[in-house]
Amino acid sequence: MSRGFAAMPAARAAALAASLFLTVAAHAAGDHGLLANPALQTRYEHITQQLRCLVCQNETIADSNAELAAELRGEVRQMLLAGKSDAAIYRFMKARYGEFVLYDPPLDAKTVFIWGAPFALLLVGAVVIYRIVRFRSRMPLDDDPSSGPPA
Amino acid sequence: MWKYLLPGAAFLGLIVLFAFGLNPKRDIHELPSPLIGKPAPEFTLTDVLDKSRTVSNKALTGHVYVFNVWATWCSACREEHETLLKIASQHVVPILGLDWNDERSRAQLWLRELGDPYEAVGFDDKGRVAINWGVYGAPETYLVDRRGHILFKHIAPMTMGVWDREFLPRIAAARRGGA
Repeated sequence: MSRGFAAMPAARAAALAASLFLTVAAHAAGDHGLLANPALQTRYEHITQQLRCLVCQNETIADSNAELAAELRGEVRQMLLAGKSDAAIYRFMKARYGEFVLYDPPLDAKTVFIWGAPFALLLVGAVVIYRIVRFRSRMPLDDDPSSGPPA
Repeated sequence: MWKYLLPGAAFLGLIVLFAFGLNPKRDIHELPSPLIGKPAPEFTLTDVLDKSRTVSNKALTGHVYVFNVWATWCSACREEHETLLKIASQHVVPILGLDWNDERSRAQLWLRELGDPYEAVGFDDKGRVAINWGVYGAPETYLVDRRGHILFKHIAPMTMGVWDREFLPRIAAARRGGA
């Protein structure tokens, strides 16, 4: 792997590295360039990572190339510039697209099962193991002459 | 006793879960709109046919109406266009259109060539109105009652079957109920 890369002509490697970097830079810049305020830019990047693209449902709106995702990124941007809080932006999205748009759904009556299921299953597993261990510990040992069939 | 009852109950639970989760009739990509039963977002846009005129859903307050989101880049919208013309010819309710993320000249050509089933079409080239309505794909068709509340949303091309089954009974009920 490393030999293959070394064999690559230096110019080509440089071009590749440059193009990779450019892709990343263009991506980070979003649709209208970076926000002037770095704190806002950080929040913008975080929020767009937390919102699901409704068109391609397994991508965040930060990752998606769908037109709707670009529009929603624009919406987030404008709300940030208007001084809206993160919570207000999530509320805005949830009111229009439902809970599904949030990658990190809040704990409430409808989602308590999803949040609780891992712990419930862990408990069930613990009970099963406890019972098996207790059952086995009561079994006679193999070398107990009284338990085995007569030799 | 427990030894047999518990796994049996767990197995039954799994069957119920799978019957729901793996049901081929269920569209896993369909999302229920949180806007059902809520006031329809108000908008004022320019008329797609005439830039100098405005289109607003406020003008339809007090009427039951259908709100249809379409675009010329959307092939499923072309598929449903025939149905919309048929629905419009029934004169049951007005159809308000929203031309989403489109080019005005193309939309005008579309309406001229295929026919115009709409009361009016708002031109939403920025997509802001569509976002307020929670639109995530075209075509989408909404039913709004007299108070301006969204009664129903259909995502996918409109068909006469959907119209007869989902829309007409709701329209009749909305009129009876005075809503």
